Amino acid sequence: MAGLDSLYQELILDHAKRRLGATDLAELPELTESTCGATSHQRNPICGDEITLRVTLDGEVVSDIAWEGLGCSISQASASMLTDLARGTTTAELAQLTEGFREAMRSKGQLPLDEERYGDAAALSGVSKFTARVKCAMLAWVALEDATRRARPTTG
Amino acid sequence: MSTTPATADQTAPQTAQQAAGKPVFDPAAVRDDFPLLGVEVNGEPLVYLDSAATSQRPRAVLDAERRFLETVNSAVHRGAHTLAAEATELFEGARATVAGFVGAEPEQLVWTSGATAGLNLVAYSLGNAAAGRAVPGHEDAVRQWVPGPGDDIVVTEAEHHANLVPWLELAARTGAAVRAIPVHDDGTLDLDAAGALLTPRTRVLAFSHVSNVLGVVNPVEQLVALAREATGGTALTVLDACQSAPHLPLDLPALGVDVAVFSGHKVLGPNGIGALYGRAEVLEALPPFLLGGSMITTVTLEGAEYLPPPQRFEAGTQPVSQAVALAAAVDYQRAVADRFGTDALLAHERALERQLRHGLRELPGIRLLGDAAGTDDGTVERVALQAFEVDGVHAHDVGQLLDARGVAVRVGHHCAQPLHRRFGTTASVRASAGIYTTAHDVDVFLDALSGVRSYFGVA
Repeated sequence: MAGLDSLYQELILDHAKRRLGATDLAELPELTESTCGATSHQRNPICGDEITLRVTLDGEVVSDIAWEGLGCSISQASASMLTDLARGTTTAELAQLTEGFREAMRSKGQLPLDEERYGDAAALSGVSKFTARVKCAMLAWVALEDATRRARPTTG
Repeated sequence: MSTTPATADQTAPQTAQQAAGKPVFDPAAVRDDFPLLGVEVNGEPLVYLDSAATSQRPRAVLDAERRFLETVNSAVHRGAHTLAAEATELFEGARATVAGFVGAEPEQLVWTSGATAGLNLVAYSLGNAAAGRAVPGHEDAVRQWVPGPGDDIVVTEAEHHANLVPWLELAARTGAAVRAIPVHDDGTLDLDAAGALLTPRTRVLAFSHVSNVLGVVNPVEQLVALAREATGGTALTVLDACQSAPHLPLDLPALGVDVAVFSGHKVLGPNGIGALYGRAEVLEALPPFLLGGSMITTVTLEGAEYLPPPQRFEAGTQPVSQAVALAAAVDYQRAVADRFGTDALLAHERALERQLRHGLRELPGIRLLGDAAGTDDGTVERVALQAFEVDGVHAHDVGQLLDARGVAVRVGHHCAQPLHRRFGTTASVRASAGIYTTAHDVDVFLDALSGVRSYFGVA
């Protein structure tokens, strides 16, 4: 199953188990007017995978990400890696990272993700060759993009 | 095929066939008829176990469609030229052939684009009747099926979304409620609950002959009898025969349902064609759904009068070459049945079903939907189709690993979210057989599956 190993890299299987940022959202203190944050619920209607992700902003900086969700190893690993990557970035950096990630995922293996920029998430590069799995990898990113937009409605 | 009985239960039908000197069906004899089965996937010979999603087509079907398009193609039921007449003849001949496939008369068979379109046709037709658009002279007949406030549409928990969402929408438009017959752990319907859910307020009973997830054959006659008992025969009974048509000989009039639907692409035919069967009195009383050309007698600027069924339900241009090819698929299956005998085909189906389900049961960390922990005591009639979960590995990942071995299965909710929720999950893996599926296919699948948990480090 050599072809598969480019998809299921060790790092991906690790993150799928560690699930950084995964939590029971109901247990978290509710967002108040003084905290700048928002939640986004995304689902992949084809397979039933879903994620609810909550972002908290401190000014322009992503101060926390928490999520709960069900899905395959790719979607769970992607959410975990994204949490690792996005905590502490500014919303502008995050928007650029997300755009670059989307481009790489759509590239059918042509655009690998830069390890220095993407950290562990660069291991998801191999997903782009498996077009049926791109949505799995994108799910958390779309949720974070949407939640961030909701948290900062005026500057979008 | 082995003649050694592993258990009497498992091989009885097959050995009986052989003992009686009757022909035994070996799918190897038909596999060469299916060009696609020869392809390689990821460097491995294809093991196609996704026939419940769509079946592969024999060369006879591909050739029939091409031949029609190359020699006869033209618009049917209009025009006076020679080709138009020939095309019309082939189109109507196909209707007779496909009607015969389900034991019906040609005028009882409406072409649709597939089962989903057929179910929507019935739901929207009733919605039109609810809005006062009954067929003149048939107001009383249709009224008994039209839901209103306080009425019920009864379905089952195991329905494909195509046999659920149109009813939810009809209920929302008419003020009726949708109620679902629950499913037991062994995948069978709770018939006691069905008896209680069916009341004089039931306007429609819609259910599948075989669930596309569980593979269990539902007792159609019994459910129809329960509906008749509860309503005095006034409820409209609607059967989704998508998953039974590829596996079992069908006689829809004998099953006693009012209407039934199936799709061509699941019975070795093309996409974009399917059929709706209806009892003559039922089709006559249902108002049209799609409106336009080819379904009218007289049109003025004030209104229109409609043709009798089946044309009343066939507005616009029809998928003619697909209909001709679907008839070729029916002819092909009939030829196979004539050659090997229907009993031999059924015995093979049963052997595959057992091999698939028992093989899955024996693998560690596998949970079968509808046969949890071996709840099926062996008396439940099933077709060779089974959904399951792998402990600790998501269905998508299972499918990906099987794909690397050339094994094609379906992963996800299979358009049956309520049923997955009932079994406490959101997604499963489904393996399903077709007429060309061999015991070797199932062996390769089980072998590939046995390595999945260790690959993901959960065993």
